[in-house]
Amino acid sequence: MPFNKLNIVLADDDEDDRNIFELAISECDLQTDLKLFGNGADLIKYLREPDTMLPNILFLDLNMPNMNGFECLEEIKKDPGLRHITVVIYSTSSSEKDIEATFLAGANIYLNKPANFKVLKKTLKNILTLDWQYQTSNLTRTNFLYRF
Amino acid sequence: MKLKLRYDFQMICENLLAEKLKQHGVKYEVDSQGEVHILQNLTSAEKENLIESLHASGIEVIENQYIIIVQKVKKIISDLVKNELIGEDFKISEHIEKELPYSYNYISRVFSEHAHTSIEKFMILTKIDYVKKLLMEGNLSLSEIAFKLNYSSVSHLSKQFKNTTGFNPTYFLNLKKQMESN
Repeated sequence: MPFNKLNIVLADDDEDDRNIFELAISECDLQTDLKLFGNGADLIKYLREPDTMLPNILFLDLNMPNMNGFECLEEIKKDPGLRHITVVIYSTSSSEKDIEATFLAGANIYLNKPANFKVLKKTLKNILTLDWQYQTSNLTRTNFLYRF
Repeated sequence: MKLKLRYDFQMICENLLAEKLKQHGVKYEVDSQGEVHILQNLTSAEKENLIESLHASGIEVIENQYIIIVQKVKKIISDLVKNELIGEDFKISEHIEKELPYSYNYISRVFSEHAHTSIEKFMILTKIDYVKKLLMEGNLSLSEIAFKLNYSSVSHLSKQFKNTTGFNPTYFLNLKKQMESN
């Protein structure tokens, strides 16, 4: 088994959203390690630091100042050292155009920010356990596409 | 020039493992469960060296008994799905009990605790993953796939696909086609 703990990173400019996310993850009952960022530029800088333990799964808000989620996604998928990270788009937008564009740019999962905490917790747990399966079985990662 | 590749992950892994073990000059046998039997005595330094070198290529030596059970169950399910043996009324519990020397209750509890999902859910995920692969190869229609994998109807397959992935199969296929033409 390649790891015991799931490394998670979230980039979201809204502080409330970050706090709620952190709380939901902590209640998921899984071994996790979470890092939070308020904008895309800080996130990319962190990912490229030589001693960074790369996340297994990265949640990206789309609307952020100072490098938005879409730009981050493109940057990550261009970088051979980063492109295998599972990317979840975590956004309030439910526009089909946004959804399709992020998948085409290489996102693995599209998650609409749920309206209430209970649903968020349940969906996050779903996503984390799903990623876990992709990391620890022979499932073909080329087909790793989901929408919640 | 652009090459479209398809990988047999199991074969790649087996070859890599064989190469690594050969490099270390180790005599070994692989049994049907995928366990490697080392046919000679290794000093603890040699053993550590071997584990280290396997680790560098992404192969992990598992020491935890529970994780071994989880990996065995996952392998059984992947093989069943790949060989298209799982039908609607397939009893996974009976099959797993036949293959492993524990009760299904015990195995299922260990699996849920350490794989963070249930055996049933993992089986559906693996099946849908296989459906995606068949769809992508483009030789079979959805109804042919449903028939091949023993679904009672196309609509049942579509529903399970949608429940698992959030897309219907046609949307998924269009998306993947667009990705490839990019």
